[in-house]
Amino acid sequence: MSAQNNSGLQPPNTSAAPAPSRFRSGMMGRLLTPGLVVILVAIIAAMIYGATGGAARREAWYTVLLFVGLASSLNILLGYTGYVSFGHIVFFGFGGYIGFFAIYQLGWNLLPASLLGGAAAALLALGLGLAILRLRGAYFALATIGINEAMKALVINIPALGGPNGMVLNFGIYASYGGAAQAQWTVYWATAVLTLMVVLTSYIVKKSKFGLGLMAIREDEDAAEVMGVVAPRAKTWAYVISALFPGILGVLFFFKASNIEPAAAFNLNRSIELLVMVMLGGQGTVLGPILGAGGYQLLRTTLLTSDLALFGLKIKDIQLAVAGLLLLIIVLFIPVGFIGWLRSRSTRLRRWLE
Amino acid sequence: MILEVKNVTKVFGGLTAVNDVSFDLEEGQILGLIGPNGAGKTTLFNCINGIYPLTKGSVIFRGQQLNGLPTYKVADLGLARTHQIVRPLNELTVRENVMVGACFGRKNMGLGQATEVADEVLAFVGLDKRAGLLANSLNVAQKKRLEMARALAAQPYLLLLDEVLAGLNPTEVTGMVDTIRKIREQGITIIMIEHIMHAVMNVSDRVIVLNYGTLIAEGTPAEVQGNQEVIEAYLGDPDLAERLLEEERG
Amino acid sequence: MFDQLIVSVTDGMLIGVVYGLAAMGLTLIFGVMNVINLAHGPIMALGMFGVYLCYTVLGLNPFVGLIIVAVLGMLLGMIIYAGAVHRVIDAPHLSSLLSTFSVNMMIIGIGTAVFSTSFRNVNYSLGTVVIGPITVPGTRLSSAILALMVTGLLYLFLYRTRPGKYIRAVANNRTSAGLVGIPSTRVLAMSFGIGTALAAVAGGLIAMALPFTILSGGAFELKSFVIVVLGGLGNPIGALLGGIILGLIEGLVPVFTKVTWVPFIEFVLFILILLVRPQGLFGAKQ
Repeated sequence: MSAQNNSGLQPPNTSAAPAPSRFRSGMMGRLLTPGLVVILVAIIAAMIYGATGGAARREAWYTVLLFVGLASSLNILLGYTGYVSFGHIVFFGFGGYIGFFAIYQLGWNLLPASLLGGAAAALLALGLGLAILRLRGAYFALATIGINEAMKALVINIPALGGPNGMVLNFGIYASYGGAAQAQWTVYWATAVLTLMVVLTSYIVKKSKFGLGLMAIREDEDAAEVMGVVAPRAKTWAYVISALFPGILGVLFFFKASNIEPAAAFNLNRSIELLVMVMLGGQGTVLGPILGAGGYQLLRTTLLTSDLALFGLKIKDIQLAVAGLLLLIIVLFIPVGFIGWLRSRSTRLRRWLE
Repeated sequence: MILEVKNVTKVFGGLTAVNDVSFDLEEGQILGLIGPNGAGKTTLFNCINGIYPLTKGSVIFRGQQLNGLPTYKVADLGLARTHQIVRPLNELTVRENVMVGACFGRKNMGLGQATEVADEVLAFVGLDKRAGLLANSLNVAQKKRLEMARALAAQPYLLLLDEVLAGLNPTEVTGMVDTIRKIREQGITIIMIEHIMHAVMNVSDRVIVLNYGTLIAEGTPAEVQGNQEVIEAYLGDPDLAERLLEEERG
Repeated sequence: MFDQLIVSVTDGMLIGVVYGLAAMGLTLIFGVMNVINLAHGPIMALGMFGVYLCYTVLGLNPFVGLIIVAVLGMLLGMIIYAGAVHRVIDAPHLSSLLSTFSVNMMIIGIGTAVFSTSFRNVNYSLGTVVIGPITVPGTRLSSAILALMVTGLLYLFLYRTRPGKYIRAVANNRTSAGLVGIPSTRVLAMSFGIGTALAAVAGGLIAMALPFTILSGGAFELKSFVIVVLGGLGNPIGALLGGIILGLIEGLVPVFTKVTWVPFIEFVLFILILLVRPQGLFGAKQ
């Protein structure tokens, strides 16, 4: 940084020969990157693998794909915008309830009911966002817990939604979807495609001007506003987008389970698990939540079926504690998550790991 | 007039940080804003660009009232600023930092154009070789330049510079002063808060002086330097002040 | 109706001060180090089991057991601080939230394996106290009095003793406190220990009144969040008042409507306070 550096300066308005950069050559050029290929391959491989091994494997991979979708949607708010939501599951539960009600009481088909669930969740986020996104840090995190719990308590008090017992679908309903077995496959593929859409959305957001604004908010909201980022609007949209997909996924999930009840729909622990998945993989990256959710699920399955013992306690009995210990190690020593860590290690890998 | 500041007052609790300050600024000028520490200079900036709501008074920018507008609206109208304590977006690259300025400032550029502008501005402030690094890897002098680059990328009509020279070594100061002149040559109006007297006196067309939140002097650099009240405000001891100013001039 | 109200108010106040004691632990930790302790609930559950084990295994009077619980709680808190919190104390919020949540997972994981999730209770009675229309179990009355005493002691500790003043200094400004020679790491560990001990003792008091499992802490953790926000994050005395308010809501709402509306009212109030008065009902406006 010296005076020599400034000799022969170009004023900003003239067009000097531009250096190459990753934002060059139009929108498509910006979106088509090696990183996108890795992401698509990961998701599509998972969805095909899960579909080619019978019902047991399908069930395991359904769960993986579901959590990849949920964690990636959370990442749009958490990873890009920097707002820590503990109650993200409220959109899964609320959308699930609305869609389930449409199927159960109004006799709607799964497709419109799912879209209704998504729209309901997005609308909820729009209303909430305008109110609670003013809060920062711990206050926002606490408010999201409050909203999840308030919603659960509200649903318990609404008889039309089945109160504390929830609602149970008559098994006969699956007949119009080609029988119960076929309905399971339908939900599997729908979830897989939706998860792919979430991940693509997450990728596009990250590569867009909108995403740049979100990341500016994450780094320093006040400074971002001084530079012209309309933070209230951007945050609200990020919240709405991140709520839309869990709403749809919730309808599919509870339709598949054939019942819905408040404790399952608004499960705060599940919500925190989503945070854990995003952290494991790396917040703010597209690939992170995919690997984090997949890794977390696989780890849990492994622990649950393990015969090992530790201090006389079977690993499968203390799987939660083992997962907790792992989480602690990640948070303390690799806070940027696995993908974040890889990205920081090698600039060459960065192109491949978005 | 590009900017009219009228009777601006800002009170925090019982403390009047800015007291009934009025001044005008003509397009294309560089206005130096000086005063002792705690005189309310940065607070005045914060009042102008909408970080603080005004207790009293008004700010009119290119014919438009700024009172009550959020900072992002003010940015949109073509007013950009730097921060005294640098605020880089740490986990974004240097280029992305500047692109934020370009994308969301007055011109509201798309990403493609913003990239070009960012690269040009980075070359202009001498950070082009560091465009791909994360902003938190820069040193303080580079971060100051980054602040400036972000503000410039917005292609503002008016630029508020808050102590961009502080903490720089003499060579860096010369470079930065050069840069400021070049910015003005592009037709951008500038208000600069500065403590390095010879620099601000050299580069400013006019200077205003704040003391305890009150505007105590206004005029050309020469007029202000001779002002007894200013000298007293700065050092309390007129003789000492005189001597120091002499040294600075020398 | 009037008698019913009196009974409800009394019940609410008695349980409210115990809630307040638990929340005090949470709010003290937040006030000193800006960390929301997500292991708060499981720590309360450990307090419940501590009193239970002292009573059933060692045959100790539960109130004597509380002393052991307090000491062990303090120790556990300092261990948690050293192992999970110290490294992330200046990191973004998410880190400390997740590190304390990982402690939550470990306690619940091991606790479930050791204790299972079947209900326990402490079968200890001090008879009943009758005042006019009110009949109060002796243990509840003693619990409430004990909770008030602990609150008083905490107040004296924070405002009258040197370590207490250190804690307040560190809460106020950790950097400056360090500069004037206050051993801030030790003070932080001590604060976390005290916060944990308060939660454990409150858990122990609740165990004397209600049946519980290792998972029971979760519900009380949520209540503590509500109380802490009512009283102002970081304000221990506010937490006591917040606890009483919550207890009154729990006592009074069922008189007028279905008991299942209680959590809804609590959490809506919680969100409203966060939005409108984030400094709490009793905090000074910032």
